[in-house]
Amino acid sequence: MNSTAYNYQNDISIRTEGLTKRFGNFTAVDNITFHVKKGEIFGFLGANGAGKTTAIKMLCGLSKPTSGIAMVAGYDVATQAEHIKKNIGYMSQKFALYDDLKVWENMRLYAGIYGMKEKIIAYRINEILMQLGFENEKNTFVKTLPIGWKQKLAFSISIIHQPEIVFLDEPTGGVDPAARRQFWELIYATAEKGITVFVTTHYMDEAEYCNRICMLVDGKIVALDSPKKLKDTFSAQNIDKVFRLLARNTNRT
Amino acid sequence: MLKFLLEKEFKQFLRNRFLPKFVIIFPFAILSIFPLVTSTEIKNIRLCVIDRDHSPYSMRLIEKIKSSGYFILVNVTTNETKAFELIESNKIDIFLELPQHFESSLIKEKKTQLMISANAVNGMKAGLGTTYLSRVIDDFNNDIRISFLYREKKTPISTFVITPFYRFNPLMKSIFNMIPAILVMLMAVVCGFLPALNIVSEKENGTIEQLNVTPVNKFMLILSKLIPFWVVGFIALSICIFVAWLFYDFFPVGSLINLYVFSAVFVLAMSGFGLVISNYANSIQQAVFIIFFFVLTFVFLSGLYTPAANMPEWAQILSYISPLKYIIQVIRLIYLKGSGFFDMLPQFIGLSILALFFNTWAVLSYRKRYL
Repeated sequence: MNSTAYNYQNDISIRTEGLTKRFGNFTAVDNITFHVKKGEIFGFLGANGAGKTTAIKMLCGLSKPTSGIAMVAGYDVATQAEHIKKNIGYMSQKFALYDDLKVWENMRLYAGIYGMKEKIIAYRINEILMQLGFENEKNTFVKTLPIGWKQKLAFSISIIHQPEIVFLDEPTGGVDPAARRQFWELIYATAEKGITVFVTTHYMDEAEYCNRICMLVDGKIVALDSPKKLKDTFSAQNIDKVFRLLARNTNRT
Repeated sequence: MLKFLLEKEFKQFLRNRFLPKFVIIFPFAILSIFPLVTSTEIKNIRLCVIDRDHSPYSMRLIEKIKSSGYFILVNVTTNETKAFELIESNKIDIFLELPQHFESSLIKEKKTQLMISANAVNGMKAGLGTTYLSRVIDDFNNDIRISFLYREKKTPISTFVITPFYRFNPLMKSIFNMIPAILVMLMAVVCGFLPALNIVSEKENGTIEQLNVTPVNKFMLILSKLIPFWVVGFIALSICIFVAWLFYDFFPVGSLINLYVFSAVFVLAMSGFGLVISNYANSIQQAVFIIFFFVLTFVFLSGLYTPAANMPEWAQILSYISPLKYIIQVIRLIYLKGSGFFDMLPQFIGLSILALFFNTWAVLSYRKRYL
């Protein structure tokens, strides 16, 4: 292995080859191959049912691929799922927080699970509260928080252990445009710290914020490039137009 | 890691509006009501007597029945139709018919016939009512026979009297049979089903998925679900023991330590069983129905209501998988008989095997990733 290849390997945080997931006769994710560079904001775009969530679950080690290879943070999804889990963060569409725990208790729980030390936990909790401007909400029960705040909290918890990669599965569902913009600011700040952000969405305008996007139609990749290049290639004004062109032949929606 | 998970579980338990109160109040409520309503001693059997004789003898018999304490004399009539009306409209449970020449045929012919009719819609009440009533009549019969023999100056014919002696429960109080069963049911609910429902509710909320993408160890996760409910289960058990002593002056003859040791193994078996269900159920609704099905099966197979020896052979074999069967035997043995550990070794082995079986199954079937 020469040194350039080594560096290339080192710069990659996710790599898949022919990744496929079948449920009976239904192929949810069909032979997808792509890679994500370190520190990149990588968008996974597609309509509902295109296979985004299935793909993200395989990459997080929640679901076993039917065939194909996926390496996440240097570990094989098929055999080293528990190693992957130490190095990633995950935020689901449902912002799975505990309603009956306070803001700081939710943070503390996950920090503890990731094996962080008491002192560091206390420090991180305060740091995150300051970042989010949540200092006064430390002792608030999560059930009383507005949804936009829950979203930010869920995101901050998913990166509390400063993972290599964070997976966000439709993180901006159900919140207003202002909150979405604020949320993307958080994503940028995270990527600047060198954390790779893998985000799925069906909001085409959000795709413009990503470094590169991958469009999924019926479980297959139909386009993969930076938003600008995609727009140039298809001579479209925005990503939404590109998607409409590509998704014309979809079967599932 | 376990520390953080336990912290979470205990906080969630204590903040629950319902559960902590349930654990404290439930033992009191159930122990003050359940033994009384499930008592198999039947009192207040409503009785009607059709007395066509109106003789001193018939009066004496009726008085004797009244003073036995088991019956409420609703009506004394000469009219058979009246009695049938009463039994059909469920105003009486049983009626006794004394024929017209009750006294005279007793004296002259030395025999007569009575008829007892019972409403067998409630089989238990009918059966016991008939038995009690026959016993009173037998007694009355004996009194008469003895007085005849005296009058005729004959030596009494030898008869034999059977005096039952109920070992370990001399007064044959059904409460003493029910309380151990109640202790067991309470532990089964608190330690078996609450953790199962807790896990399924995390599935419903999606929080279990969030835990599954963390490097959390599945043994730790399962332990963190079980330990709080074990603690709570033992608190409930202790409250039960206390309440049984307070209300019914009922305290184990045998050792409390044995009681707790066996309960611990039982609780382990039940919680393992609950976990197995939680691994397969996807919603609370599913879990509740599966639990309901198995609890009924376990209870019926346990020998709580009917002795296992009465069951058909296949059911007796099946009853070995009911953890309730062993623990009910054990608690009755400890409470009433004061059995020692080695007397109950078979039950201990049975419970241990079940505990091992269910927990192994639970750990194997828990998946941090789905197919």
